[in-house]
Amino acid sequence: MKMIERETVLKIARLARLELSSEEIEAMQGQLGRILSYVEMIQGVDTEGVEPTAHVLDVDMTLRPDVPVEAEVPPSTYLKTAPDSGYGFFKVPRIVEGGEHGSV
Amino acid sequence: MDPCSLTAVQIARAVKARELTAVAVWEAFEARIRRFNPTLNAFLHVNPRAAAEAAAVDARLAAGEDPGPLAGVPVAVKDNIVTCGMPTTCASRILEGWVSPYDATVVKNLRAAGAVLAGKTNLDEFAMGGSNENSAFGPVRNPWDLRVVPGGSSGGSAASVAARLVPLALGSDTGGSVRQPASFCHLHGLKPTYGRVSRFGLVAFASSLDQIGPLARTADDAALLFGVLAGHDPHDATSLRPEELALAPAPAGPLRVGVVREFFAEGLDPRVRGVIEAALAKWKAAGATLVDVSLPSARYGIAIYYLLATSEASSNLSRYDGVRYAFRAADARNLEDLYSRTRGQGFGPEVKRRILLGTYALSAGYYDAYYRKAQQVRTLIRREVSAAFETCDVLAGPTVPTPPFGLGALIGDPLSMYLSDMYAVVANLAGVPALSVPAGFTQANGMAADGMTADGAAAIPTLPVGLQVMARPGHEATLFAFARGQEALFPELGGRVAPDPEEVSR
Repeated sequence: MKMIERETVLKIARLARLELSSEEIEAMQGQLGRILSYVEMIQGVDTEGVEPTAHVLDVDMTLRPDVPVEAEVPPSTYLKTAPDSGYGFFKVPRIVEGGEHGSV
Repeated sequence: MDPCSLTAVQIARAVKARELTAVAVWEAFEARIRRFNPTLNAFLHVNPRAAAEAAAVDARLAAGEDPGPLAGVPVAVKDNIVTCGMPTTCASRILEGWVSPYDATVVKNLRAAGAVLAGKTNLDEFAMGGSNENSAFGPVRNPWDLRVVPGGSSGGSAASVAARLVPLALGSDTGGSVRQPASFCHLHGLKPTYGRVSRFGLVAFASSLDQIGPLARTADDAALLFGVLAGHDPHDATSLRPEELALAPAPAGPLRVGVVREFFAEGLDPRVRGVIEAALAKWKAAGATLVDVSLPSARYGIAIYYLLATSEASSNLSRYDGVRYAFRAADARNLEDLYSRTRGQGFGPEVKRRILLGTYALSAGYYDAYYRKAQQVRTLIRREVSAAFETCDVLAGPTVPTPPFGLGALIGDPLSMYLSDMYAVVANLAGVPALSVPAGFTQANGMAADGMTADGAAAIPTLPVGLQVMARPGHEATLFAFARGQEALFPELGGRVAPDPEEVSR
């Protein structure tokens, strides 16, 4: 079974902002390796001059008129379903290191 | 009259005729949900306001109003479709406790049609899986045999309809997630034409593939629910306007049935082959024209599906970052740490696997070899499907290469699980509508599709097998015509319902 490198798993996990345990990393090396070996089969397909699909149906999608519409749900409602909010904003941990202010 | 033994069409008719009240209908189904859901785990949440919704339907009838085509019909909603007043979890810890401030368009349509929302059904986390075992809230059991999976990802919706906990349910289908569970649970399950049903309020998985579709026990029930779901929605830019692609009528005269050669090749379980070939033989005997067709690129379907769907998912699921929705990891040191820990703790293994695979396929240096190449092969599949419809009205074959498999059998082998959708993904990749219809049961003694042994005695049904038909874009009516034809050819299949499962106390 083809494995992918531990470093590769760590790199894509970091790109995806996904914390993995060492057991998960090890499992992914084998599982992703096996799936990637399988999908390799498409490399042999002759696609010379074939347009990649951009929209699945051959229909002309029409654009809507560019006019503003009222939101059915006021933005404040969405803040209520967030883990933390205040002053009309989502609250997150400190972004700038060493600053005086910042929540959490 | 026991409402739970009626079809949705019969319930709506009886409620409108005031032979049954919507409240009595709901009470009957609710009693079954309370009895059997502890065994099946099909519902994650039962609507506490369902009785009040049913009473409102009765009140409208008393006032002389028409509540709509689904008057008093309980409908279950897959829990990746957002609903006001009920949680939407996607069977994930990352959304546990979150309640949507708005209804999905399909849910609004249900309410406007007089339906009673029964509750939210279990699924594979974020609709990623083919067995409903990837749920953070436990697997669903198949009412036909509690040892096997109901299929996935719409496993809770399928099990609830098969066990008559509801007459109808909504599923979502990105690569077979309505049709594969329909096949495993002896149901009709439709993936509509891409864009026919609004996805506004469907939690996005793979936006170029996702469609919402009905699960039902009869063709007429599936068509009834599809009629309520279909239509243009200004909130979904991909939803079709009638002038872009109208709903086409079914062809007059006998159907020309294309038999897809590649769907009977290596990988097809002989028990499924027996049922499907017997069904097609009966169609031929009844006057249908069987046409041999080939989709040579269909063999690449799973490969390109798992590149495209995971790429799109890696983007769509980036929004679950601990900032906007319910769950946030407690111990983050900074913002990036908050993202990674929330996602690491909130997502289950299959979702993580797919996010990683999609991130890999889209990452620098791999984009052309994986994502772009997959979209080119997708173009080839679309062309082949389109060409095949020049000689036939529907493309037929098995829905799934195997009968329902055992709980736990494939959970450690993601790739084998993926192959369960090898025939189904073709319709999503090509954007065409596809329907799984009940075709028969695997038999312990012989393989007669109609469930009868050679000497005519009723055999012990073992496990359901579904037959898939695809049609041209916009031709759902042709699929329903096929489904009604199938019911007429196999009347004994329609009467067969799953046994009541054993009750467990919890």
